[in-house]
Amino acid sequence: MGKRFVLPGFGLTLGYSVVYLSLIVLVPFSALLVKTGSGGWEHFWATVTAPRVVASYQVSFGISLYAALVNGIFGVVAAWVLVRYEFPGRRLLDAIVDLPFALPTAVAGIALTTIYAPNDWIGELLKPYGIKVAFTQLGIFIAMTFIGLPFVVRTVQPVMQDLAADVEEAAACLGANRWQTFWRVVFPTLLPSILTGITLAYGRAVGEYGSVVFIAGNLPFKTEITPLLIISKLEQYDYSGAAALGFVMLAVSFLILLVSNGLQAWDNKRKGIA
Amino acid sequence: MAGATSFPLHSQRANPRRATGEAACVRWILTGITLVFLALFLLLPLFVVFQEAFAKGYQVFFRAFQDPYTLKSIQLTLLVAAIAVPLNTVFGLAAAWSLTRYRFPGRSFLITLIDLPLWVSPVIGGLIYVLVFGSHGWCGPLLKELDWRIIFAVPGIVLATVFVTFPFVARGLIPLMQAQGIKEEEAALSLGANGWQIFWRITLPKIKWGLLYGIILCNARAMGEFGAVSVVSGHIRGKTNTMPLQIEILYNEYQFAPAFAVASLLSLLALVTLALKTYAEWRAEQQLAAAARESEPETT
Repeated sequence: MGKRFVLPGFGLTLGYSVVYLSLIVLVPFSALLVKTGSGGWEHFWATVTAPRVVASYQVSFGISLYAALVNGIFGVVAAWVLVRYEFPGRRLLDAIVDLPFALPTAVAGIALTTIYAPNDWIGELLKPYGIKVAFTQLGIFIAMTFIGLPFVVRTVQPVMQDLAADVEEAAACLGANRWQTFWRVVFPTLLPSILTGITLAYGRAVGEYGSVVFIAGNLPFKTEITPLLIISKLEQYDYSGAAALGFVMLAVSFLILLVSNGLQAWDNKRKGIA
Repeated sequence: MAGATSFPLHSQRANPRRATGEAACVRWILTGITLVFLALFLLLPLFVVFQEAFAKGYQVFFRAFQDPYTLKSIQLTLLVAAIAVPLNTVFGLAAAWSLTRYRFPGRSFLITLIDLPLWVSPVIGGLIYVLVFGSHGWCGPLLKELDWRIIFAVPGIVLATVFVTFPFVARGLIPLMQAQGIKEEEAALSLGANGWQIFWRITLPKIKWGLLYGIILCNARAMGEFGAVSVVSGHIRGKTNTMPLQIEILYNEYQFAPAFAVASLLSLLALVTLALKTYAEWRAEQQLAAAARESEPETT
């Protein structure tokens, strides 16, 4: 035990980290829990099951699921192309994948709204077909896809890079065609990382506010997301109501985190066997 | 060693693996799908920001920055980042040092806690501070008596920004310091160096690219944060509006060109961040590879 503590600074660094995290995270979050409980169980239940709130869950938790799944499909294709193929501009494209991490969400929000508004850019192209994107659920889906895009690509990419070439070669030697090799050999190896990426993208999209709120239109029961409801409750000084909704979102995010940790553990276990 | 391996590597690249590659048409289709997907979701929004910023000409673009409220918002954003980023850099260093140099009970809980802001909604990041410091919050009456303002004032904005951005430096350092190990530090210790000397002369040079990587991401997020800041700011023009909030106000007032002008500044920041990040990532990988090469003789 003694040998693990050879380097000096344990007390200082750990003490500082714990005090900092307590002030920034633990105390404020305990306020969230206390405020959630302060109104009593019935008030909590009435707040989180109000029809307008339930409708916002469907928007926040439902549409982000579609966005995460679409990212799952296109993310794998993009990762494959970026890892396996050579073409001019590949490295630039690879670097730009992280744009949704770096671009402020408000900037993404107004840019996407402008692109898909009925009289601009793509919105104008889709108008003759009667497809409205901005200020509908489709717009929310677009913003959530944008914000979750890097997650699948970035979790799948390193696994693809580490794929042993000899396994694919062996499959080819044994007479498998390319599709069979992909589906039976490559895909099962990638699956845990694909699912992890989808979970992370889902987690991000569920809580997203900045890029969604501009394009959403924010109509109650239709395009209102749960984070926006938290803000409007705060504006009415309904602190316990806002805390209750915050608690629900926190619980869902925690569940998503547990799933993603479980998936990562599964992935590590499989790597250990291989 | 480099000369011996470079030749076969080169010939392998010149002669792509036929048996395990896709047919040309599949390759083209997949590349095409990727290009369209990334162009539509990433390049087009970026292009639109600059296009709309200059849509009414250069004069309108530059006039946007003569608006005193816009200038104030730029100042506030710089101020908030100048406070939040150093705070979180020190925290990230301390946390990474304690988590990678020692084993202690509660270590994995601490790591989970550091990741927290990455998986909760930014709105919750603002909400928790309103619940503590808001007029109806825990410290509300006390703050009123002292006549201190935290919510709807600059301290609240700094707090919310600190909350949203504290994981970045720590997360950039932890995997790097874990992989590098502590052999050099132990050697320095046995030669009589004290803790600060070890940190400044041994550890810091080893981790500098990982550190820079974390600081860059932390700074980008600090300057661009919208959700958490929007909850605690109160949107008081010229006082508590950061750049992203100023963009929102201008946009909602249909002042599209000025809104996009401010947005173009933040987009430029994002592009610089991406470029620096890619470079720092590459250098950090080199440092990691160097560490792996040095430890190789012992493991084999």
